[in-house]
Amino acid sequence: MLSLAVGSVLVCAIIAIWVSSTRLLIRVLATQGLALGIVALVLGMHERDLSLAATAVVVLALKGVFMPLMLSKVGSRSLNNLGLKPLVNIPASLAASAVLIVLAFGSSRVITSFVDTPIGSLAPVGVATLLIGFFVLVARRRPVFQMAGLMLVDNGIDLVAFLCSAGVPFLIELGVSLDVLLAVVVLMVLAQRLATEFGDLDVGDLRELHD
Amino acid sequence: MVPLVILIAPLLGGVSSLLFKKDARVAWISVAANAFVLAASIWLAFHVVTRGVVSGAGGLLRVDALSAFMVIVIGAISLMASWLGISTMAHEVESNPHQQAHRATYGVLVQLFIFAMLLAVLAANVAVMWVAVEATTVVTTFLVGHHRTKGALEASWKYIVICSVGIALAFFGTVLVYLCALRVGGHSAAALNWTSLISVARHLDPSVMRLGFGLVVLGYGTKVGLVPMHSWLPDAHSQAPAPISALMSGVLITVAFYAILRFKAIVDLAVGPNFSRTLLVIVALLSLALAASLLITQHDYKRMLAYHSIEHMGLIALGAAAGIPLAIAAVLLHILGHGLAKSILFLASGEIMAAEGTTEISEVHALLERRPVLGGVFGVGLIALLGLPPFSLFSSELLMARAEFQVGLGWAAIASIVAMVVIFFAVVGHARHMLLGSNISNEVLNRPPNWVSGPLVSGLVILALIGVLAWPLSSLLNAAAHVVTT
Repeated sequence: MLSLAVGSVLVCAIIAIWVSSTRLLIRVLATQGLALGIVALVLGMHERDLSLAATAVVVLALKGVFMPLMLSKVGSRSLNNLGLKPLVNIPASLAASAVLIVLAFGSSRVITSFVDTPIGSLAPVGVATLLIGFFVLVARRRPVFQMAGLMLVDNGIDLVAFLCSAGVPFLIELGVSLDVLLAVVVLMVLAQRLATEFGDLDVGDLRELHD
Repeated sequence: MVPLVILIAPLLGGVSSLLFKKDARVAWISVAANAFVLAASIWLAFHVVTRGVVSGAGGLLRVDALSAFMVIVIGAISLMASWLGISTMAHEVESNPHQQAHRATYGVLVQLFIFAMLLAVLAANVAVMWVAVEATTVVTTFLVGHHRTKGALEASWKYIVICSVGIALAFFGTVLVYLCALRVGGHSAAALNWTSLISVARHLDPSVMRLGFGLVVLGYGTKVGLVPMHSWLPDAHSQAPAPISALMSGVLITVAFYAILRFKAIVDLAVGPNFSRTLLVIVALLSLALAASLLITQHDYKRMLAYHSIEHMGLIALGAAAGIPLAIAAVLLHILGHGLAKSILFLASGEIMAAEGTTEISEVHALLERRPVLGGVFGVGLIALLGLPPFSLFSSELLMARAEFQVGLGWAAIASIVAMVVIFFAVVGHARHMLLGSNISNEVLNRPPNWVSGPLVSGLVILALIGVLAWPLSSLLNAAAHVVTT
């Protein structure tokens, strides 16, 4: 169950790399949020850790339901995205994701050898999700996709925290989630203002400010 | 009790601007609240130096000499920025009556911003500090985009995306530090308190700590504006309203640097000082080189000030790399001096922009003759910022260089001096264009009212006094430096 949920976090990240429709992207992110919540829930039940179970509920509600809903508000304003091609085409993106996953496994050896538990050995998946999040941020240039990239980065870090240390203490997780939630709300408002000001936007076209 | 009162005070200003939306005079309540923060922080610093650490709010807040010093910096700059903010808002409503509606939002967000910075430096816990620093990003995004022009929107989008990524990395670093602390301590939020981290620092796993600190420097370094994570800074600092630029450039970036200093103390105990030194020297020299090259060709005076911040953050990072108590004391003095000088300059530039209607260097001329007060403040402020005596930045730059030579970073100190000389000539060239020249049109111009120029002039006087008489601060600076050195 655990490895299935961890695996689906990564699969969702890989799908997010090439998916072109906003609606599908949001579903993928919601699935990833739910999978992340399930990871925390399973670990919480396994370790009989009440605070981790509480964290799981917060994650399920925020990342599985609430944040995707916010994203869909931004996405629905400009569904026609056929004119905007990603910077990197799909086969290249998939190749890049493969490279990133290999990189993640290589670079997180420091962490896995330190944690040294069977569950901890899944941590590179979180690092891979984080790196894929960066890739989405760089390669995709619509505001919705950039928000998705940020959420991938955040989910990846959360996954590492869950797998290695049964999460950060609940109160801290609460504070962190609140901040991330507020950031998503602010991004959403900004994306809407950008849409009214610039129309259907390619972030790469933001060139007012330069030296 | 006192730390909690200091933390809450700015919120009172925010609440009152929400309650009395219609009345412009309500902004003075925020000014009074920030003045109270400054006065209380000076008292607190005195108390901490003579009697030791103060805790508050059930151990959530902890004030040692370093925190007390940072609260003074935040208090001083908040006071000036909220004071001059009244004039900025008046100019904006004058030129565009629609801005009237945004005045209350602005008042609330500024006070929330100050609250979040105070929480960041008062928090006893690494993770609470992280939450506070992230909160500053969320709050300031709308402030950067306050003018709602295309440029302002673009700047705020870049700002929040880049800083959110950065701050996420800092969180990853914090999680890794927590992992290490778990191994030697208990599974609780207290494991992330500064004091408990320092007490177990020698037993933390070196390789994970290296990775963690790298991420922390990358993450908080993004908010500091260190190269190569700086790209949001010139845009955000130049597009924001002047008081916000003053707060962001004068104090927010150094609050983020405060986080790096705290982590550095832990990682130095865990893996020895060479690791953090190498990392900081690299980002410092990159920042200095980039600032120097872009300042030469700058055409916008607000962006000029923003790149100047990158230069000073580079200097501070280099000083921190040296790491001995003398260096850290100089770094802190530089944080105060740069904060005051930079916020005075941004506030003055806001008045210049309101009067001249442009931020292009080439379109502003003969300021000293046409607007002697504003031009004088701007000119003297630049002299302070460029590190000339009698201002405190001269002494702090000298002390930092001395410390760098002491620990064998003389080559880096020389490189930084070369960059500073290049920047000196570049900025003097731009300033000469703006300040000197003859008044061709012979226009008669209004002077800014005394309540506007007063805080700016007194800020400069204080800056000079600190430079000449460092002794009132020296015991606080030394105590603060010893908090983060071994």
